[in-house]
Amino acid sequence: MKAFGGSAFFIDRDDINTDEIIPAKYLTEITKRALQPHLLEDLFLDGKEFDTQADDFQQASVLVTRSNFGCGSSREHAVWALEVNDINVVLGESFARIFRQNMFNCGILAVELSKADIDKLFALAQGDGAIKIGIELDKDTVVAENGKGEKVECSFSMNPFDKELVAAGGWLAYADQKY
Amino acid sequence: MGKTIAEKIFAAHLRDTPTPENMVLDIDVIMCHEITTPIAIMDLVDKDMDRVIDPNRIKAVIDHVTPAKDSKTATQAKIMRDWARRHKIKDFFDVGRNGVCHALFPEKGFIRPGNTVIMGDSHTCTHGAFGAFAAGVGTTDLEVGILKGVCAFRKPKSMKIEVTGTLPIGVYAKDVILKIIKQLTVNGATDMVMEFCGPVVEEMNMSSRMTLCNMSVEAGATSGLCLPDKVTAEYLWPFIQEDYASLEEAVEDFSTWHSDPDAEYAETLTIDVSNLRPQVTYDYKPDKVKDVDELAGARIDQVYIGSCTNGRIEDIRAAASILLGRTIADSVRGILTPATPAIYSQALNEGLIKIFMDAGFCVLNPTCGACLGMSSGVLAEGESCASTTNRNFNGRMGKGGMVHLMSPLCAAAAAVTGEITDPAQFIN
Ligand code: SF4
Repeated sequence: MKAFGGSAFFIDRDDINTDEIIPAKYLTEITKRALQPHLLEDLFLDGKEFDTQADDFQQASVLVTRSNFGCGSSREHAVWALEVNDINVVLGESFARIFRQNMFNCGILAVELSKADIDKLFALAQGDGAIKIGIELDKDTVVAENGKGEKVECSFSMNPFDKELVAAGGWLAYADQKY
Repeated sequence: MGKTIAEKIFAAHLRDTPTPENMVLDIDVIMCHEITTPIAIMDLVDKDMDRVIDPNRIKAVIDHVTPAKDSKTATQAKIMRDWARRHKIKDFFDVGRNGVCHALFPEKGFIRPGNTVIMGDSHTCTHGAFGAFAAGVGTTDLEVGILKGVCAFRKPKSMKIEVTGTLPIGVYAKDVILKIIKQLTVNGATDMVMEFCGPVVEEMNMSSRMTLCNMSVEAGATSGLCLPDKVTAEYLWPFIQEDYASLEEAVEDFSTWHSDPDAEYAETLTIDVSNLRPQVTYDYKPDKVKDVDELAGARIDQVYIGSCTNGRIEDIRAAASILLGRTIADSVRGILTPATPAIYSQALNEGLIKIFMDAGFCVLNPTCGACLGMSSGVLAEGESCASTTNRNFNGRMGKGGMVHLMSPLCAAAAAVTGEITDPAQFIN
């Protein structure tokens, strides 16, 4: 199975919706690649426009966020916009149903952690922004480490069916074999 | 132990149980529009899997941006059109016959009690108004639906929402659902089916029930549902009269899709609407809702009446009742988009379109249009819109714009005054 993890980027907000992840005006694109420059383009954080060009965001493979990430429109473009930016994991307290399903359907991870664990990850990022996060799917653990070598380890429980989708490389491959 | 309607539908469509928490269902109706389907089609073509499970189970429409506004939307439409032809999908609706999916498909009688329905569109939950399990899905789910006729779900729990009391004059289904979303918050019903019941829902026509179910996803729900009854059977009668000897027989048959009295619910919410005020959203989330009185006076630049939430004939009638003999404020741009050609035609016949035009409204063809900010009424930075749609996310109707969600009656009142207004003063 492919490895999940890498540099993490933190977004401290609840209820980030799919319009913010990829605005509707890009839904006329018929290739996933075309979405690449527009990820989180309409996000507002503390009343300010989000800087999509920031280095640490550009280099991220993991997003860490709060609750109900991916709510709103069903557009799978939100997941593709993550994929074409090489983001393969989103960690959050909770996800909107359709977004979560779309992630696993594409064979990438929406991992739910407890609020306490998400708080710990945010706290770790306070000290030193450069955080690396690894996901060990067979052990159901997340390991995060900052530049100073400080570590946070937490566990999650992932629905076994979602794991099977990831192992199969997504829902289409799984369904084509089975149904 | 008894079963809820959702559990009955799941049991009747169960194809597989990969884990006790997950289910794979056979899907009766797979609905497609031109925003989320073309990539599914292209991927299937790419993978040499360009097939459809059954062209009769597929319903397709070009509705979000139509007629095409530029080369890209023209290409999306063409991909759909060619695909529908190639696979002999007879229920395909193109310019002249097209309208907003969740208004058009019910009107055609495609959804029946007990059905399972998916679409690459989050407001697919609208069709739950017919006592169906209807859920929005992403493009991959849609792709598998088209190819295999199945869809996987994490088994949702049921939440019972009992609406009691009597709706005050000038207060509508839209106000009820906004109030419910406010109470539940935007993720209060995640992984749940919201079952709307109680005397107020029983009294509602299908249009109002669709408004309720339409916005269930704004509380995070997998679907909304109403129990199919005489109102449902009367609405569907033109399509089912061959199947039943009488309306009563249809009603009796539909009642097999009622929740059992001893069914178990994860949660129950009772809401008495007798003192409910018109509800209006502020800010950028659909659970940010206040009584109209608290927001009255806020400036409005555009009024949009349309969409799968409130673009039906009943909505147009309600708004017209306020606009009759009045003109809209000079500072306001009024836009009416009847949701389907049949609704448009009906509004013409009833003289409603003239009322809107005399009041100063621009009347557009059936389309999603401004609802998702892709065409036909996009806001400029700093502008605000009184809208009968279902989402007020930041940027939804145009970058930097603010959308205030409200009922058609409230939106018409805002058009007249140019600010958020309690419609009571205009109701005779
Ligand atoms: S009218 Fe708006 S909410 Fe309804 S289907 Fe169209 S874009 Fe979606």
